Amino acid sequence: MQKVNITIDGVKVETLASKNVLEAALENNIYIPNLCHHPDLVPSGTCRMCLVEVNGGEVLAVACKTPVAEGMSVVTDNPVIRSVRQITLELLHVNHTQDCTNCGKNTNCQLQEVTSYVGVDEERIGQMRKNIPAVEKDTSNPFFTLDHNRCILCGICVRTCNEIQGVDALQFGYRGYQTVISTFMNKPVKESVCESCGECVVRCPVGALLPKNGLKPSREVKTVCPYCGVGCGIVLGVRGETVVSVSGDRESPVNNGRLCVKGRFGYNWINHSERLKKPLIRKDGEFVEAEWDDALEVIANNFSKYKGEEFAAFASARCTNEENYIIQKFTRAVMGTNNIDHCARLCHAPSVAGLAQSLGSGAMTNSIGEIGSAALILAIGTNTTESHPVIGLKVKEAKRKGAKIIVANPRRIDLCKFADLWLQQRPGTDVALVMGMCRVIVDEGLADEPFIEERCEEYGIMKESLKEFGIENVERITGVPAGLIKEAARMYAGNSPASVIYAMGVTQHSHGTDNVLAISNLALLTGNIGKPSSGVNPLRGQNNVQGACDMGALPNVYPGYQKVSDPAVKEKFEKAWGYSLSGKSGITLTEIVDSAYRKNIRALYIVGENSMLSEPDGNHVRKALQKLDFLVVQDIFLSETATLADVVLPASGFAEKDGTFTNTERRVQRVRKAINPIGGSMPDWRITCRIAQKMGCDGFGFENPEEIFTEMASLTPSYSGINYERIEDEGLSWPVPSISHNGTPILHKKRFLTQNGKARFFPLQFIPPSEAPDEDYPLILTTERSLYHYHTGTMTRRVDGLNNLNGMELVQMNPQDAGELGLAEGDNVRVTSRRGEVDAVVKVTRKSPPGMISMSFHFSESPTNLLTNPALDPVAKIPELKVCAVRVMKL
Amino acid sequence: MEKDLGKIFSSFRGVRGELIPVLQRIQEKVGYLPEDAMLQVADFLNVPESTVFGVASFYAQFRFTPTGRNRISVCEGTACHVKGATDIIKEISRVKGVEAGETSDCMEYTLEGVACIGCCALAPCITVNDEVYGRLDKKSVHNVLKKI
Ligand code: SF4
Ligand code: SF4
Ligand code: SF4
Ligand code: FES
Ligand code: FES
Repeated sequence: MQKVNITIDGVKVETLASKNVLEAALENNIYIPNLCHHPDLVPSGTCRMCLVEVNGGEVLAVACKTPVAEGMSVVTDNPVIRSVRQITLELLHVNHTQDCTNCGKNTNCQLQEVTSYVGVDEERIGQMRKNIPAVEKDTSNPFFTLDHNRCILCGICVRTCNEIQGVDALQFGYRGYQTVISTFMNKPVKESVCESCGECVVRCPVGALLPKNGLKPSREVKTVCPYCGVGCGIVLGVRGETVVSVSGDRESPVNNGRLCVKGRFGYNWINHSERLKKPLIRKDGEFVEAEWDDALEVIANNFSKYKGEEFAAFASARCTNEENYIIQKFTRAVMGTNNIDHCARLCHAPSVAGLAQSLGSGAMTNSIGEIGSAALILAIGTNTTESHPVIGLKVKEAKRKGAKIIVANPRRIDLCKFADLWLQQRPGTDVALVMGMCRVIVDEGLADEPFIEERCEEYGIMKESLKEFGIENVERITGVPAGLIKEAARMYAGNSPASVIYAMGVTQHSHGTDNVLAISNLALLTGNIGKPSSGVNPLRGQNNVQGACDMGALPNVYPGYQKVSDPAVKEKFEKAWGYSLSGKSGITLTEIVDSAYRKNIRALYIVGENSMLSEPDGNHVRKALQKLDFLVVQDIFLSETATLADVVLPASGFAEKDGTFTNTERRVQRVRKAINPIGGSMPDWRITCRIAQKMGCDGFGFENPEEIFTEMASLTPSYSGINYERIEDEGLSWPVPSISHNGTPILHKKRFLTQNGKARFFPLQFIPPSEAPDEDYPLILTTERSLYHYHTGTMTRRVDGLNNLNGMELVQMNPQDAGELGLAEGDNVRVTSRRGEVDAVVKVTRKSPPGMISMSFHFSESPTNLLTNPALDPVAKIPELKVCAVRVMKL
Repeated sequence: MEKDLGKIFSSFRGVRGELIPVLQRIQEKVGYLPEDAMLQVADFLNVPESTVFGVASFYAQFRFTPTGRNRISVCEGTACHVKGATDIIKEISRVKGVEAGETSDCMEYTLEGVACIGCCALAPCITVNDEVYGRLDKKSVHNVLKKI
């Protein structure tokens, strides 16, 4: 980047040619008063406070709108500048509430700062003051207030909501003296499209936008957001033993300080009164509080009875890597079985299984940051702005920089607004859609032949299978017009680098693995793997689902995806752990439930999972769990699943422990303890170690998570170059094979991670979803997530503000279906499938296509998974959570 | 209204620059800008709904509430103001029972103050359904009102 020399008030400074005069001055510690400037935003020149003299010119220049130029000379202060600034500033004060001591921004307010520098004439302000009545404060949003009387109309919030958030909830409304920051129709913020991310609140220079919870922390701790797989860096503000604030970590390479509503405001569950504080043991059908020692004794005695194939454990994608490592070690070493799995089975098992076959690794091929610089993004089966909000921001950023966006989704999701093309395929027809695109690319000679030749194999067989995917046939199956499919194929092939992002819309099908393979075919065909901003990018759901998989909380692999069935691997772990281990792969989560039902599994250890709400066919899950001889549930709250347990163990939340999470881009990041464990709770790693020790077993005497990490890294090649010291400031993306290696943000650069280093194409066939709508069950139900809640809601449903924004299960339905069923918005309905029935409330929306309704699964009052279909993908054993047939009846 | 909107949209391409003309056409047709129509405009032009409202509320020509069958606009420009526009408004308001800026309950009259309408020589003046009446006073305004 080119540098230029300029002088500011006689001081010579060197700066980048891309800067404006205000930025050049500020970065050299020369103050120029400013109110509408923010380093994250495009300068707008609204406040006129930064006026300066440039090259002795008569007309004053707006510093934030004046680019620097070689040899430029700037004067930041003289009598003319002073008087112009003063008058402008006084006009702001005329309309500004004059009770600074009552304002949450007092001493931290930019208007105060500018005023103390520029100075004002109080008398003149008094004379100009109009007696306009105060406008009422907008307190509708549960997390922040908007006080127009303190607003200086700098427009920072408007630009933030546009440039950063892409939501555009705010705009200048009316004009002249009446001008206000306004939502559509100037309604209360809560009734607008605002997503409550709070980005505008953190940027407002004055007290106009203020968080409602104004408690200032006495100390701060850097850690990682506990919700989704994006893994945003956060800073917890602690006062005493209570977490009182969260802010985005601007130094985090993942989110640069940005957060979504959950990450920024959803933390009140941490110190919630309902947190489990003591172990509970079931006696005569009732839970009674117990001492740790007694609870551990009961568990040790019972677990000892079911060693081997009668035992199974569910690890947790919510827990740290260290904890997952310990749980799988316990299951394999102490209990002698590989029956360990976790909820990845319900989200990205097809990615892990599919991509491992085709590319050699089941994780995102590229990093989150690269998405912002892609030339094209194909977002298929992901409602990114709701489920991975901060990655959603990256997609919007790419769009702003000129990228083409293709959205493939049956529902009209928010991203459609940013899309160049929207392919509205029928649910469950993704294989046909993507293979159809492949066919067009091959037919039109758009494939990257040299890449295929050099780096891939089995191209011929895949090409052969494309015969089935003629464009008319694909149009018939998917419902997407042939012209659109062709356009999408050409656009994808013609804009490089192209990045595919996908999530559960692709995986949660009885042919989820095929869907994933279709996507990998498409990317390989166009050489879109192994280079920056390209790739196949499964967006992982939970904060540490990537890590839980990496740690071997899966029935067929040890940490680092080392095969259970490989004798050499087995020997390595037997030696390291000092136990003899089973060489037989365990059974998967869905199979464990079935086995429990058939009484083959008799003791189950569930850590941090709420299976009753998260698994398909919830009635079946309940019955299965009830048939167990012995069930231990370890959680932070008494979840629906915990109520069925024989022993419940109180675990500590993420703010109460040290460790690491691995986010969706494979970045291993430090989680830090901010407060002591609540009540008598203990971190999960410690609990499991105590159980093992109670059972008299060696190898669990860890003093702290770092020791566990060290053992794990010594056995896990992809983590072997990582230690706590190296990730103190910034996480590293695996594989990190050695201590001098700086991580691998981009996989498959020169070689694929497969055995022979080549990627594999897969021939595919279209298979329809296992349940189609019929006369009795005429509608398709798909499940989805809400921005405001997480998973089964154990945490978010205990945050009042989030409930205020989204408090009940909504059945989202097209106006046409609603019309035919005689339903109106807000009606209570019963949704029935072959497996169960659930009551909820109707929301009429064009986002749902006719014939398809959608529900989330965050609400225990409306357990959507009583309805869903447990039909399994034959390879990955993931249930078909995205498609089932239902009928809807008015209540 | 769905039909009207469809018809109006069909003569536009659906790009951002068409926002003001589209709003004008809707107001011509419907008499004001209904909330739902603005949402559909936002959708049609792919413009944020807050921007649609921001632009619409910036221009005095747009209204967000339905108008009465007769629209009485009293000029409040400088010339008319000096010559007694305030009295005229008060008088109309008294006779027709409608406050300035509002529409009578029976939906018969809408009374509003507007900026200079370019007939300063005739000040003070009003328009009734776009027809101009000038040189009015508290008495002569009755003759105009009788006609509607
Ligand atoms: S609310 Fe804050 S950020 Fe928005 S315009 Fe007013 S002062 Fe600026
Ligand atoms: S909270 Fe977020 S979405 Fe809401 S107005 Fe502010 S920036 Fe926009
Ligand atoms: S995007 Fe995900 S990780 Fe980031 S703040 Fe939101 S929930 Fe947390
Ligand atoms: S900071 Fe430059 S005009 Fe506001
Ligand atoms: S001031 Fe009324 S017409 Fe000009």
